[in-house]
Amino acid sequence: MKVPRAQDGGIRWDDPSIAGIRRDMLRFAQIQLRDSASAEDMVQEALIAAMNNEAGFAGRAALKTWMFAILRNKIVDHIRKSSREIVRADLSDGSDEGDERIDAMFNRKMMWSSGHWNEEHGPSTWSDPDAALSQKQFWAIFDACVNHLPEKVARVYMMREFLDLDTPEICEELGISTNNCWVILHRARTGLRACLEDHWFKGGAAA
Amino acid sequence: MMMNCKHATRLMSEELDRPLSLREKIALRFHNMMCKYCTNYRIQMDFLRRAAKRVRDGMDSRD
Repeated sequence: MKVPRAQDGGIRWDDPSIAGIRRDMLRFAQIQLRDSASAEDMVQEALIAAMNNEAGFAGRAALKTWMFAILRNKIVDHIRKSSREIVRADLSDGSDEGDERIDAMFNRKMMWSSGHWNEEHGPSTWSDPDAALSQKQFWAIFDACVNHLPEKVARVYMMREFLDLDTPEICEELGISTNNCWVILHRARTGLRACLEDHWFKGGAAA
Repeated sequence: MMMNCKHATRLMSEELDRPLSLREKIALRFHNMMCKYCTNYRIQMDFLRRAAKRVRDGMDSRD
């Protein structure tokens, strides 16, 4: 997407393409925070920071990516300030939720095959997965699969992958052990890959 | 003792969050040499990382 420029070379912040970016920023913030008011605030702050910092946009990345980086920083700051109350309250329940789902993918009955994939759940070969990344329908499935994860699992996964926090920080913010963090991320990724396989790569949608 | 798939997948997930030790890397490589499922799993972990980066950068094409 081309950066909308005014005659003096400045970014035209009232351009419709900026409104589109703002809309996507809001969706991203709402998924991370689940609190609409805070999400609006974060987006507002990020937009103001972007406008005030226009000179900092070197044009190497897409404008949208640059604005998303600003937004992520705002969200991370917000989480650092408030996660102890907000996020931890969410996470206190059902700490082992979803574990059976993972366990069911691996054999348990016979000693020699204990812990190995059973036929039904073994990961199959995906053909040309990267082609999916430019398909709108794929992202709808991807969203649905993230949302389908247990609440806590999705939250940790999003902090790790969408906000790019490292595990020690996530553990600290959420008051859980590093080991627990890894267990949760393993659960998230295994669940996510199974969901994508069932609903996209195997479902015939990836034609 | 041969590593099982559950353990192998756990390491392949952790590989995205921390550097594995040499011992872990070797055990994983031996396991995956003989396990097509886990080899696929690893390819898919890399894919998930790329997909997540798109979301992170606002580059998940939805329009």
